Amino acid sequence: MNLQQIVSDAIDKKGNTKDKLIEILLEIQSRTEGNYVPTESLKMISESLDIPLSKVYGVATFYSMLSVKKRGKYAIQICNSAPCYISGSSDIVKIFEEVLGIKMGEVTQDGMFSLEYTSCIGACNLAPAVKINDKVYGNLDRNKIIEIIASLRKGGE
Amino acid sequence: MVNLISRLCGKLDPLSIYDYREKGGFKSLEKVLFKMKPIDVIDEIKKSNLKGRGGAAFPTGLKWQFVSMEESDEKYVICNADEGEPGTFKDKILLDGCPFQIIEGMLIAGYAVGAKKGFIYIRGEYPKSKELLIEAVDILKKEGYLGDNILSSDFSFDIEIRSGAGAYVCGEETALIESIEGEPGRSRFKPPYPPNKGLWGKPTLVNNVETLANIPVILEIGAENYKKYGTESSSGTKLISVSGSVVNKGVYEVEFGITLREIIYDICGGLIEDRKLKFLQIGGSSGVCIPADMLDLRLDFDEFRKHDIGLGSGAILVVDENTCVVDFIKVTSEFFEHESCGKCTPCREGNYHIVRILKRIAEGKGSKRDLDLLKNISDVMQQCSLCGLGQAAPTALITTMKYFKEEYEEHLKGYCRAGKCTFKGGVLDE
Amino acid sequence: MSKVKVFIDNREVIVDEGTTILEAAKKVNINIPTLCYHPDQKIKGICRICIVEVEGQKNFSASCCTPVRDGMRIRTNTKKVREARKNIMQFILVRHDGDCLTCVRNGNCELQKLSEELNIKEIKYDRIVENLPIDESNPSIVRNPNKCIKCGRCIEVCHDVQGVGAIDAINRSDDLKILPGLYEKISDVACVYCGQCINVCPVGAIYEKEDIERVWDVLEDKSKHVVVQIAPAVRVSLGEMFGFKPGSIVTGKIVAFLKAIGFDKVFDTNFTADLTIIEEGSELLHRIKNGGKLPMLTSCSPGWIRYIEFFYPELLGHVSTCKSPQQMFGALTKTYYAQKFGIDPKDIVVVSIMPCTAKKAEAVREEMNSSGYQDVDIVLTTRELGKMIKESRIQLEDLEEVEFDRPFGIATGAGAIFGATGGVMEAALRTVYEKVTGKELEKIEFTALRGIDEYKEAAVEMDNMKVKVAVVNGLKNAKIILDMIKEGRADYHFIEVMCCPGGCIGGGGQPIPSTNEIKKKRIEAIYNVDISYAIRKSHLNPVVNKLYEEFLKEPLGHKSHQLLHTHYINRKN
Repeated sequence: MNLQQIVSDAIDKKGNTKDKLIEILLEIQSRTEGNYVPTESLKMISESLDIPLSKVYGVATFYSMLSVKKRGKYAIQICNSAPCYISGSSDIVKIFEEVLGIKMGEVTQDGMFSLEYTSCIGACNLAPAVKINDKVYGNLDRNKIIEIIASLRKGGE
Repeated sequence: MVNLISRLCGKLDPLSIYDYREKGGFKSLEKVLFKMKPIDVIDEIKKSNLKGRGGAAFPTGLKWQFVSMEESDEKYVICNADEGEPGTFKDKILLDGCPFQIIEGMLIAGYAVGAKKGFIYIRGEYPKSKELLIEAVDILKKEGYLGDNILSSDFSFDIEIRSGAGAYVCGEETALIESIEGEPGRSRFKPPYPPNKGLWGKPTLVNNVETLANIPVILEIGAENYKKYGTESSSGTKLISVSGSVVNKGVYEVEFGITLREIIYDICGGLIEDRKLKFLQIGGSSGVCIPADMLDLRLDFDEFRKHDIGLGSGAILVVDENTCVVDFIKVTSEFFEHESCGKCTPCREGNYHIVRILKRIAEGKGSKRDLDLLKNISDVMQQCSLCGLGQAAPTALITTMKYFKEEYEEHLKGYCRAGKCTFKGGVLDE
Repeated sequence: MSKVKVFIDNREVIVDEGTTILEAAKKVNINIPTLCYHPDQKIKGICRICIVEVEGQKNFSASCCTPVRDGMRIRTNTKKVREARKNIMQFILVRHDGDCLTCVRNGNCELQKLSEELNIKEIKYDRIVENLPIDESNPSIVRNPNKCIKCGRCIEVCHDVQGVGAIDAINRSDDLKILPGLYEKISDVACVYCGQCINVCPVGAIYEKEDIERVWDVLEDKSKHVVVQIAPAVRVSLGEMFGFKPGSIVTGKIVAFLKAIGFDKVFDTNFTADLTIIEEGSELLHRIKNGGKLPMLTSCSPGWIRYIEFFYPELLGHVSTCKSPQQMFGALTKTYYAQKFGIDPKDIVVVSIMPCTAKKAEAVREEMNSSGYQDVDIVLTTRELGKMIKESRIQLEDLEEVEFDRPFGIATGAGAIFGATGGVMEAALRTVYEKVTGKELEKIEFTALRGIDEYKEAAVEMDNMKVKVAVVNGLKNAKIILDMIKEGRADYHFIEVMCCPGGCIGGGGQPIPSTNEIKKKRIEAIYNVDISYAIRKSHLNPVVNKLYEEFLKEPLGHKSHQLLHTHYINRKN
């Protein structure tokens, strides 16, 4: 599906009013390859909703779940809030970096995975935890991480 | 542990309206719509002494009264489901366990304050819970519990679900309102408060998920019976989220009056690997860090206040002796640096400088002067920031500098007792 | 409204309920420091410099956004308050490129002044000025993000007053920046170059692209014949930079200065303002008679022109094809004047002194070369003129007043009032009325069209025709009227639009501060200039008439079309 179509579908689904901007951006992101809101889509929204482009960009860069840069097909968000920190999230970061061969903030060359931090995802009972797209994975250790990555590579969930 | 507010969670299919009704659901709504005037509902909530469960512990009935007293063609009820305080995951239990109960609370609130429209603002990090809520609302619309003339009464009420997109500050009610309006979630100055001027400038009631979940229960059993739970100053129960180095992490419903020791050792099974408790952080990352010798404090708003502790969202983070205080506070401060909305100077800049200085100290490059600066910055942020985020951000720093001063000072000398901080040139001799 | 009694620094103050602490303090001459606060803008409450102690309260209150409560006891000058302010100030200063000595706002900077007032003697925190690129991408406005203190004033004026939205806050926390959205450069976005952001900026983060040196250079170049024109709004505001009271008229001193530094001729834009009235008035009547597009919209304001080109290109047919007085002046100087005085137009340099930043961009529009050369070569703002005066060391107050040169120094009161909102319309009505009715207009003051109100209208009976006109200033108001036109609800013949609030006297090139209070004084002065003229109707300007006789022949004639009229560009997308 082309971007224009994704944008107009998102606006149709969420409503053509200024207050729906965040919902529209989330919708576009979830349906765009690379888990992000392309700048072209921002221009289209600005036109349709009659919001200055600068404001649309301001909103897109304010919320940390929204990204204006391309991410991996699987955007791995590692919680670095205190509860996960206590349970060893910094080690988890190192393991992910090692297993994927990228640093935090980067995307793997095949475009499959990207690594970033997230604030608390409310899975503190499963700490240390990560969120990959919409799914939460908890009680992580090296073996589990290797397993998850292998399974996602195979196209599983 | 008790089962009052969360009694239905896990006991029914969250989307089965049949189950919910079977277990007494919507009885309170029916009672309210057909037997009570709005003012009676507000009186009952006031009598129950319910205080907001989101963090600020403002008397709920009074808030409702403020909104009901406003004259306006439009008013709104917002359910604050932006549970962003690190270590807090109790609203998620309620949202996933029994969404109808929360919506019933919203309907009663709408009736009481004279609102016809409600929003549930749910954090973007809970996509599954959001889907569930959307379905729940759809079901209720079909069943006549939402929309025009609910249950054939004169009362009409509708609910929209709105998603956050990763901004802790949106838990603050005016930032949340900005976000619903489609803006970046930057807090407004107060006054005016939302009950007077909120969403689109209209009187707005913002209540936390847990607060709203209390409402049907209070109206079902009556304020007097409700007050039998808890203590004089803090009636009812509280959902607490326990995380960190405990054996049984999780959300537990407890009566006010229980001690922290009972929570940590009786309910949660103590610390993992029998580690030694270093401190508890109460109320999330914006909360105080209290040392192990305060474990016999009772969960009670008044008692907590005497010790300058806010219960906040009811999160308890258990931190053991393996943790370095400086490193911990650095992580906490990085969180606030990441989450500051950037609007007011003290918070935008203060968090930045705190992180910078803490990094320096953790690298063994800190000086006595840095500790003074941290104190300066914390004071300014606490006293001068525009909203609760900036005011509360340095709380953990301030309290650890009070209770663990020597550990900060050790770092100045290049020594980290937890062995977390790696210093250039290795650990110095004392 | 009920009154409340409060105590500020132990002084009793009785004020209306709802008054802020800041306002209440002003009543008893307690001057609480502010930074994000601007008298013409919404209360922001974000810089936190204005905090005060309130008895019984743990935290401080920002006085700009905290209403007083009855019995409140407020302390504005305790050690704690002073220390907190100093800390906040330092937070701002460490991120600010504090190169004061070479800053465009040196000596006129709110931050600099506040730093002195708060007695800042040390910076305790690490300096963290980012080395972001300075945006000099366009002919009008320069942005230096390294000086930005994130007060948000520019955003407000750009979005809420002008309805343009070229810049906004992006990112959050200490990453927050005010930028042209997803672009680096102002030239990449729909910016109209009005410069209103400059006028509200407390520091030197936004300023006009300076062209002073180019002027000094041509003045030294013996092969050049350098002429200068001065816009109507400049003479009523420049004095503010030299200690004159707002509203002082310093026309003769400006002329004297310009002659002193070597301009060959000093002319008056008021003259081509008169000419504009003849052409524009004729165009209006032509449109009315021949069923042309109505309402007709004025075209003097280049920020406004860019606005309609960007946002409502489908309505460009409503815009008068008349060039602005600045551009008419350039075109005529390099044709009629050049011929008349036997000067090769290639050797003529036309300099303009304008209250406006958008005029710089207007002068370099491709189509503005009907003389065969760029009609206007260099445009300076009022502020730049002030800087040249300072640089020259000539004392403005000591200069004897001198008259404009001829021929383009002869103008009427109608040309003079172009500088204020409603002025173009009033000038047009003075002429159109007499043209239509053949009778003398007795009462030439159209007071309904005067003043800084955002929206003004009038209906004038001319024989059996009722001419309905409207006047708007500020682009947000222009948008309202454009939407009315789109929906067919604008039942007017002629609408004057000025880009800047208050008209050109409030232009983006005017002395700072440029508050509503000051603008009102400038407007008063404009109408005093009007009264000072013997002739106050454009069609009675003898030089204009001679120009038609000798050169242009007739309004809307062939030569006029060639030199005095223009076309516009669709800039959407």
